[in-house]
Amino acid sequence: MEQVRQTVREALRDAMAEEMRRDPGVFLMGEEVGQYQGAYKVSQGLLDEFGPRRVVDTPISEIGFTGIGVGAAFGGLRPIVEFMSFNFSMQAIDQVINSAAKTRYMSGGRIGCPIVFRGPNGAAARVAAQHSQCFASWYAHCPGLKVVAPWSAADAKGLLKAAIRDPDPVIFLENELLYGRSFDVPDDPDFLLPIGKAVIERPGRDVTIVAFSRMVDVALDAAGILLRDDGIDAEVINLRTLRPLDVPTLVASVTRTNRLVSVEEGWPTAGVGAEIAALMMEHAFDALDAPVLRVTGADVPLPYAANLEKLAIPQPDDVVAAVRSVCHRA
Amino acid sequence: MTPDGIVQPGKGLVMERGAGVGEPSAEELIRLYRDMLLIRRFEEKAGQVYGTGLIGGFCHLYIGQEAVVVGLQACAAPGDSMVTSYRDHGHLLACGVDPKAVMAELMGRRTGCSAGKGGSMHMFDVAAGFFGGHGIVGAQVPVGTGLAFAHRYRGDGGLCLCCLGDGAINQGQVSEAFNMAALWSLPVLYAIENNRYGMGTSVERAMAGRAMSERGFAYGIPGREVDGMDVLAVRAAVAEAVAEIRAGGGPRILDMKTYRFRGHSMSDPASYRSREEVALMRSENDPIARLRARMLGEGAIDEAGLKEIDGALKAVVAEAIAFAEASPEPVPAELLTDVLAEGRG
Repeated sequence: MEQVRQTVREALRDAMAEEMRRDPGVFLMGEEVGQYQGAYKVSQGLLDEFGPRRVVDTPISEIGFTGIGVGAAFGGLRPIVEFMSFNFSMQAIDQVINSAAKTRYMSGGRIGCPIVFRGPNGAAARVAAQHSQCFASWYAHCPGLKVVAPWSAADAKGLLKAAIRDPDPVIFLENELLYGRSFDVPDDPDFLLPIGKAVIERPGRDVTIVAFSRMVDVALDAAGILLRDDGIDAEVINLRTLRPLDVPTLVASVTRTNRLVSVEEGWPTAGVGAEIAALMMEHAFDALDAPVLRVTGADVPLPYAANLEKLAIPQPDDVVAAVRSVCHRA
Repeated sequence: MTPDGIVQPGKGLVMERGAGVGEPSAEELIRLYRDMLLIRRFEEKAGQVYGTGLIGGFCHLYIGQEAVVVGLQACAAPGDSMVTSYRDHGHLLACGVDPKAVMAELMGRRTGCSAGKGGSMHMFDVAAGFFGGHGIVGAQVPVGTGLAFAHRYRGDGGLCLCCLGDGAINQGQVSEAFNMAALWSLPVLYAIENNRYGMGTSVERAMAGRAMSERGFAYGIPGREVDGMDVLAVRAAVAEAVAEIRAGGGPRILDMKTYRFRGHSMSDPASYRSREEVALMRSENDPIARLRARMLGEGAIDEAGLKEIDGALKAVVAEAIAFAEASPEPVPAELLTDVLAEGRG
């Protein structure tokens, strides 16, 4: 397939534009999505093409516009609700969980809520504790949601298009630091990536490193160091979806490598890595030659000082150390 | 407007009493009466059945407030939508949902309107225009505003009848929804079912500022107070508001002064209001008794006719109970269905 070089930002914009052209029920709402062209310029040009009926600037009222989005989805539309940052989704989390995620079940399947909640998640650069939280494990905890976290521009495009077409609420966790990164993206308006499927970004024999979103970069960097310095051939899995987790891909990889290290920006307790470790106990116990190790964000609110911030967020060296440990090379 | 540009509360925002829908015919009076009495008889039985243990959990009865939802639905058109809080049994019945499906849901049976998975507080019937049944106080207000957004987006001419209690009015998300509804001129009627107590806390102890009908004034939403114990007053006020909303006038707020004769839920000690207050409301201000007196006074019906209606409704409720009791519980496999569209989550 023909590939085009695109930034993650452009891929997200194109995904929304293509789906809005395809389905008149799709609309975008959120703070600064229209006239301002997106707080991070993700919705650049959408107001010009689709007009204010379908690109709706909201006041700063997270729970209000989230609930309005949910009601619109109940009413048959397909809203894309942008959170300027997922940190602000905490204001709206009651509507996300109690209204969007639970209603299909509570209604015995009578009402669906086809809605996408998207925006940047996790740490950016020097914005400190209240603007730097990873919500992956919060949302991945909840039945009734799908939780997606793209890394590359192709991930962003294929998964966002799939999320918009999905009949259920999808939490779509982007990363501000990736918006400007360029990747190859298939040049096809029907390019979709399946929700619930992970991908092996770098095949390897000796250890499996599992990551999502920006931590895929960290894992790949670590894999490079490990090969160069230790001769360890690491397999890097990009989870892409956190709920439902692609357990078969993880189990198949661990069955080959016999070792697993998970990497995430979020906090350790009840995190995505904790879930992966438990799943490997349940599904791959006999394949493991070492305990599963987690590399996570430090168990503190994210600090501002540049040196402390770096210490709090997983770095390639942290992953390298964890891999050496599970490979008994420490 | 004052010289410094501040809009005076109350100026130009209180809805004028217009012609309304005109005088109801005898047939319509009887229909309103029947709709209210169905809810009354249904809820009385639900309360009794709760005592036997066949209904569990939280169960919030609508007894005393029947005029509100019946007056609202009297002005609804096909395609309109309705949402409310967890005190929702009456709303489903007023939307025309089969009492059997409502009672079966209360008993947690698979024939219930939510297949036994929602219970008292989480009932839905999209075909009847009823979108819940929401258990979190005030959460239905942005949701109802979103349904109005969808009506406007599609241009289907519909509107949302969004019910909320006096307790919900102090939730922040309600103010957020009012603001956006006014900003975007959405077709939504906010019907405040003001029964004076948010659980055990009176409005006076919970709400600062002026009248509840004026809560939308800051956003330019006209509002007015309505005698929520008079179904004809409700019907007239709603008809007027609905006509203005359908004409593109944006949201309206009606503060329906009502009263619940029973506790907040089945486990209410009722220590926050006097027996005398409740007794006086029951004896002097029962919406069903008031309409009955009017119908008899006007000769719209006689005692024999009333008795016949009551007998028929009691039979409907008895049939609903028998149906629900005879219905099976969900099968165990249904624990895992309906989480996502494709079934298991």
